[in-house]
Amino acid sequence: MAVVNPLAPGRGARWVIGVGVGLLFAVPFAATVLFTLTPLPGGSGLSVDRWIALVDPANAAKYRPLWTGLGNSLTLAGVTVLLVLGLFTPTMVLVALAFPRLRRVFEFVALLPISLPAIVLVVGLTPLYLQIGRTLGTGAWTLAFAYGILVLPFAYRSIQASIDAIDVKTLSEAARTLGAGWGSVLLRVIVPNLRQGLLAAALISVAVVLGEFTIASLLNRQTLQTALIVVNKQDGYVAAIFTLLALALAFVLLLVIGRVGRIGVGRKTS
Amino acid sequence: MSFPKTSRRPLAALALATAAAISLAGCAGASADAAAGSTTDAASATSLADFGTMADLEAAAKAEGKLNVIALPRTWANYGEVLDLFAQRYPEITITEQSPDASSAEEIQAAKANEGLDTAPDVFDLGLAVALQNTDRFAAYKVATFGDIPAALAEPSGLFVGDYGGYMSIGYDSARFPAPSSLSDLLKPAYKGAVAINGDPTQAGSAFAAVGVAAVQNGGTLDDFTPGIEFFGKLNAAGNFLKVDPTDATIASGETPVVFDWDYLNAAQTSAVPTWKTVVLPGTGYAGYYNQAINKDAPHPAAARLWQEFLYSDEVQNLWLKGGARPARMDAMTTAGTIDSALAAALPTAPSETVVPTEAQSTAAGTLLGQKWATAVQ
Amino acid sequence: MTVLDRVVAPAAPEPSAPAPRGAARPGWAWLGLLPFAAYVVLFLVVPTVVAVGSGFVNGHGSFTLDNLAALGDPLVLTAFGNSALVSLVTAVIGAVVGALVCWAMLGLPETGVVRTAVDAASGVLAQFGGVMLAFVLIAAIGAQGVVTVLLRQLTGISLYENGVWLYDLPGVMVAYLIFQVPLMVITFLPALAALKPQWVEAHLTLGGTPAGFWRHVGMPVLAPSFLASLLLLFANAFSSYATAAALASQGSQIVPLQIRTALTSETVLGRENLAGVLALGMIVVVAVVMGLYALVQRRAARWQS
Repeated sequence: MAVVNPLAPGRGARWVIGVGVGLLFAVPFAATVLFTLTPLPGGSGLSVDRWIALVDPANAAKYRPLWTGLGNSLTLAGVTVLLVLGLFTPTMVLVALAFPRLRRVFEFVALLPISLPAIVLVVGLTPLYLQIGRTLGTGAWTLAFAYGILVLPFAYRSIQASIDAIDVKTLSEAARTLGAGWGSVLLRVIVPNLRQGLLAAALISVAVVLGEFTIASLLNRQTLQTALIVVNKQDGYVAAIFTLLALALAFVLLLVIGRVGRIGVGRKTS
Repeated sequence: MSFPKTSRRPLAALALATAAAISLAGCAGASADAAAGSTTDAASATSLADFGTMADLEAAAKAEGKLNVIALPRTWANYGEVLDLFAQRYPEITITEQSPDASSAEEIQAAKANEGLDTAPDVFDLGLAVALQNTDRFAAYKVATFGDIPAALAEPSGLFVGDYGGYMSIGYDSARFPAPSSLSDLLKPAYKGAVAINGDPTQAGSAFAAVGVAAVQNGGTLDDFTPGIEFFGKLNAAGNFLKVDPTDATIASGETPVVFDWDYLNAAQTSAVPTWKTVVLPGTGYAGYYNQAINKDAPHPAAARLWQEFLYSDEVQNLWLKGGARPARMDAMTTAGTIDSALAAALPTAPSETVVPTEAQSTAAGTLLGQKWATAVQ
Repeated sequence: MTVLDRVVAPAAPEPSAPAPRGAARPGWAWLGLLPFAAYVVLFLVVPTVVAVGSGFVNGHGSFTLDNLAALGDPLVLTAFGNSALVSLVTAVIGAVVGALVCWAMLGLPETGVVRTAVDAASGVLAQFGGVMLAFVLIAAIGAQGVVTVLLRQLTGISLYENGVWLYDLPGVMVAYLIFQVPLMVITFLPALAALKPQWVEAHLTLGGTPAGFWRHVGMPVLAPSFLASLLLLFANAFSSYATAAALASQGSQIVPLQIRTALTSETVLGRENLAGVLALGMIVVVAVVMGLYALVQRRAARWQS
């Protein structure tokens, strides 16, 4: 049953804003698509020759780094989301419940990672990752620890917005007095109410991991972005094509995660 | 529950196990020694003779199975074909290309950040300034053809060796712009909003060289880059200076139609822009050579040395020539007749005088640029 | 936060709560913070201290305060000013436009196509940056960009009459908006979506107007989240550099580019330690902005209750 939200703008306003902003954002990408349709030297008009050249088997070896990078990035995304859901969320709920005065400190700590450019963070992360490389190996998945830190500001903001919107204290007290253990309280009472924020946090985490380049590059790990840089060095058109493809891939992935995360929304429980 | 019996069996088993362990350890120790021995040999080899023959080096490299290269963009001096040829000739060795955009300083940082790990780069391709400052990180190695390399281009013990070089040039889209015959041509209104250099001179080597060539073409010397900085200030004031970083994509789209860059990099742009031409201004030419070095802590030392031998072979030197660069062995190969003469003839004419900055000149220029560049091009 | 809290909170330590658990709760709660604290100390605090600390040693490894003198360099101060300006402008515009987009999406069903798609697109674009973002913008409004050429051919208006502003701070601001607006959408939407429609109905039933609702209920409730997202956008723009490096490549006009030059320059060597003090400067700026934000929050909270 669709309930009209009285807070929402009328259809007219919605269309104006949507189309206006949508157009502004679509134009650069449309221009890039036009660029990739430039014909090969000697041709004229628009042609898809450059796109077709991608699937040419003779070029397959050049794109090999992409597969390794993509696999690593997807693994990293998974581990990072686990970190966000498994470590950040319970901690934030705990702070909301038991340590409200720590909130300011938490906010500052959560803002620190994006106050510094990644190249500076890497200066500090390098000795740490040297040790990690010697103990846990140099697999790309170990980057997830650093990525969790990068994701912290965005995940924090999303999840905190949701926590502020619900009354965690009342909810948890009610559940506890009804006999629920803390695990149940967290998983069955609080988390379902945080769904919007958790989903946003998961989405932005995946996006950050798929888009992160500096730390992976400076620590010499193979991820999607470092592989893209290697492959993009062939020529400008290939670079533009792969940029669009990478964006499209990330978009589809986030779409899928968004749909999966919304299963069960709107279903009324008796 | 008969104690003596059960106690004897564990004891016997223990003795057997210990003997087995000792003998196995002995074998393992021997093979480890043999492996360690060969690894130590590879890491301390200073020439092909330390391995034996080329076939021995190849076998050792194949046993390692991997090679980490860094900062080698495929369109840079035709490195793409070089990498492909190596992969084709030695399919047992997997090449991992790292950070093609890395600067020379970042290559050294990558070596430091991954010291002792298998992700450390095996070989470097560095600008002279950075190579001179980090010789303690390199392993000396003289390739088989070391004698062909001019003494000025190689560090005597083989710590780093010049591999290819070129002149600072001006590349331009000949369909849209006239050929610049001198530096002052670029100040004319015909080049409005058109001229770019490859990066910021306080950051990138090729932009630094662009200011250098402007300095020597403007009547100055390499001791003082001020005339060069002044030229770009004038270019900016005339509205001809484009402050975006030119890439393959911006050149292909026509956004940066006139670019100061190494002649081999400009030469590679003809595949995207067929009317792209490269001109090396006559008079004094600013040249720069890049240098090969082997990481002292290379995770794959034999593969690293095989790569060096490969790079200095006739075939690959000609591949660099195909990319528009002047390979280090060019003079010797021209005498021996092994150079590809058609490709050599296609290179832009070398100017009558060539200057290459010394370490002292580079440092002084760097300091000057740090102080003056940002305000000059505001 | 709400009246409800003050009613409920005193009830918590009452003996009617399960006693054994209640007694163990304080210590147990601190323990709960431990994993996160360990993680943050190891991967954030220690690297930050190491990175900033590198500014206080010289090339030989001994302690020095000389590098701090660099913070007084006019070039560096200009860079800080530029960074702050770019960050502020893009944060404010990004926040306003992003909030409008969120508001527009409120009326749509949460599981609908539009909201899922906009969420996904925002997630992707919020992290888009660097050389390719610069190129995407150049392809559109560069000197040879599709829009520029079209504009010139159709209307005769030349975007770059007085020089190409795209390759300077204004262009950097436009480029930053491409990821600032989506970032706002993705971080603010949960807050906006939490505004309960029942409040509107209650407000209207009690005789209020829609405009009055926003003024008395909506804005005050949303203000903390809005300001927090604004702060996030500011910090995000403040530390970005890859896009500016590609677009406004000359002159290292913002602080992160100064840091990049200090750390990775091929031509001006030996200045790595400068990066540490510049990073310290950046943290100080963000801390100051955070302080201002905390001040405004406290004011808003007082007004709210």
